[in-house]
Amino acid sequence: MKKIFALALAAAMSLSLAACGGNNNTPAASSTPAAGSTPAASTPAAPSAGELITVGVINNDPNESGYRTANDAAMRATFTEENGYKTTFYNNNDAAQQIATAQQMVQDEVDFLLLSPASTTGWDTVLKDAQAAGTQVILFDRMLEADESMYVAAVVSDMPAEGKTAVDWLAAQGLDEYNIIHIQGHMGSDAQLGRTGALDEKVAAEANWNYVTQQTADWDEATARTITQSVIDSGKPFNVIYAENNGMARGAAAALDAAGITHGKDGDVIVMGFDSDKWAFEEVLAGRWNYMGLCNPLQAETVDSIIKDLAAGKEPAQKIIYTPEQGFDCNTLTQADVDTYGT
Amino acid sequence: MTTPVKNPETQVKRPDESLFKRLTRQQLFIPVAALILLVLFNLIADPSFFAISVKENSLGNPVLSGNIISVLDNASELVILAIGMTLVTASSGGQDISVGATMAIAGSVILRMVCGNEVSANTMHMPLILAVLIGILVSMVFGAFNGTLVAYFKIQPMVATLIMFTAGRSIAAWINNNQLPIMNDITFKYAGTFLPGIPIPTPVFITALVILIFWLVLKFTTLGLYTQSVGINANSSRLNGLDPKLIKLLTYVILGVCVAIAGFIRVSRSGSINYSRIAENIEMDAILAVALGGNALSGGKFNIYGSILGAYVIQFLTTTLYKYDVPSTALPAYKAVVVILLVVLSAPVVREKLASMKKAPAKAAKEVS
Repeated sequence: MKKIFALALAAAMSLSLAACGGNNNTPAASSTPAAGSTPAASTPAAPSAGELITVGVINNDPNESGYRTANDAAMRATFTEENGYKTTFYNNNDAAQQIATAQQMVQDEVDFLLLSPASTTGWDTVLKDAQAAGTQVILFDRMLEADESMYVAAVVSDMPAEGKTAVDWLAAQGLDEYNIIHIQGHMGSDAQLGRTGALDEKVAAEANWNYVTQQTADWDEATARTITQSVIDSGKPFNVIYAENNGMARGAAAALDAAGITHGKDGDVIVMGFDSDKWAFEEVLAGRWNYMGLCNPLQAETVDSIIKDLAAGKEPAQKIIYTPEQGFDCNTLTQADVDTYGT
Repeated sequence: MTTPVKNPETQVKRPDESLFKRLTRQQLFIPVAALILLVLFNLIADPSFFAISVKENSLGNPVLSGNIISVLDNASELVILAIGMTLVTASSGGQDISVGATMAIAGSVILRMVCGNEVSANTMHMPLILAVLIGILVSMVFGAFNGTLVAYFKIQPMVATLIMFTAGRSIAAWINNNQLPIMNDITFKYAGTFLPGIPIPTPVFITALVILIFWLVLKFTTLGLYTQSVGINANSSRLNGLDPKLIKLLTYVILGVCVAIAGFIRVSRSGSINYSRIAENIEMDAILAVALGGNALSGGKFNIYGSILGAYVIQFLTTTLYKYDVPSTALPAYKAVVVILLVVLSAPVVREKLASMKKAPAKAAKEVS
């Protein structure tokens, strides 16, 4: 008897867990439409006036980084009921989970599927199914590997360009030798591929550009600190830290501080980060870091206007819209920039 | 006032046994052997691994720097967790897989307390000690939640703690309204970096203090004995007047305290938090430390010093791998090799085989002489 009771409890527990797993990122207001009650769902491209546009948003984990927090908050603030949307949000850094949920959303016949893919590959089936179901796919923030015909629009950061801007800036510093600690983001993500690609090319091409180490810290500050610390402990000389986001740059800088290695303006080591965090801008402004590549997290409004246009029957003028971005140098950054771009 | 029961096998000397066999019977054999192997490997491959130098950090304090210091420093959270995990393992015969997530909660609470509502605070809004105490209290509540499920509802520990494992990081984010607070006050970072004028990282001292406290507790209270007896046989402990449920609950609450201290060290290293990444997968390392320490994961007899040593071995391995530029994504694979070796070596079949193999040559040698 006891055993049966325990078993039943365990079953109940795991069921409730399964429920947790599926829904913990889904706000209450966002349940999918009940079958039969929404005949308009069969003609998703042209929802009649006054009716809410159903949208499925697949994003990464908002706690992953300051960039993602800002990005997710903007999406949630834009795609609200007051703004004419019935939205389901899903956040996960695992591409497989994202794909499974996207599949579900397509089956639920959302009008628009907004995607920020955790990895650039593996989306073919979902995109095909979406096309067959009449769901229009819009990419935001990150690209994926697919034919342009598979999505109606993409509002993304140009990651390869971000990487190139940063590497060009670094080359312009005119060091005799570049001994680089390269701390990578989550392997396979668009941001990592773009930012790594430009640097890899340069290191391969130039004789005086070397990697001291090239490691992924998976966007994690603590891992970045450990990696940097181990290079310091090994006694290998280095003069550049190229971290693919701000959190990791901060972790690396903490390791430098602990070992008394100067960095930033007039320092021994050049520190470079990416994204848009206000605190990171302040690090650059104070001269503790040398460079930050801006990656604009606020695509929500652009996506919003594209959807409104599409609903009104207007195709977007451009298929791929790159968010305006630039690199900031500690010598030229101003407080005004911090206030404008910091999130 | 009872001292913990020592492994009886270590006390009985059998003259007919070879030294090797006596050694391998020691519970600490595996972690010590692993540590010696790692040290030898580094000595042969590159002795400069052990070099320690004095540097001046950015605040102008002299600090020690080197791989060994890094190992001692970075292992701190893991060692503290491993101690609590050992007790939980011993009493309930299962492991708490939510420690990483509850570390996020504890860290989030502490940051919320010192930062107030500011996203980027320059001064602490509350005395640090009070904030840490609140963090410990919250963490104890979550420990008690896990412990109640395990002890009173008799749910498998791994299933019971799966709840906090899943929900913990979301709760941690919710505590700070989904913001990532930053504490810029340098005194907040003392616990995770260096105290002014002291060249050894503060986490090393905190860890030593925690170890000392547990040594005293195990020496002068009956906690160790009771935990073991509950783990070995809960029913007979109950018949002998113990309350197994209460003792199981207690071990989970103690683990909660350990988790909060580890979480505090982690957030004070940088003065910030990243809910989804902080202490990710640390529960697996903590469980591995317990296993590496020669403790049975099915509960019962335990040796916290084995787990402590196990935790240092894991960090030593990690640091060694980083030194040789092994990709950080490949680290789990190397740890997996260790796990496989451990599991195989501790399997009864293999143990018997090894024992008979050792016995035969020893006997033969005796006859010759």
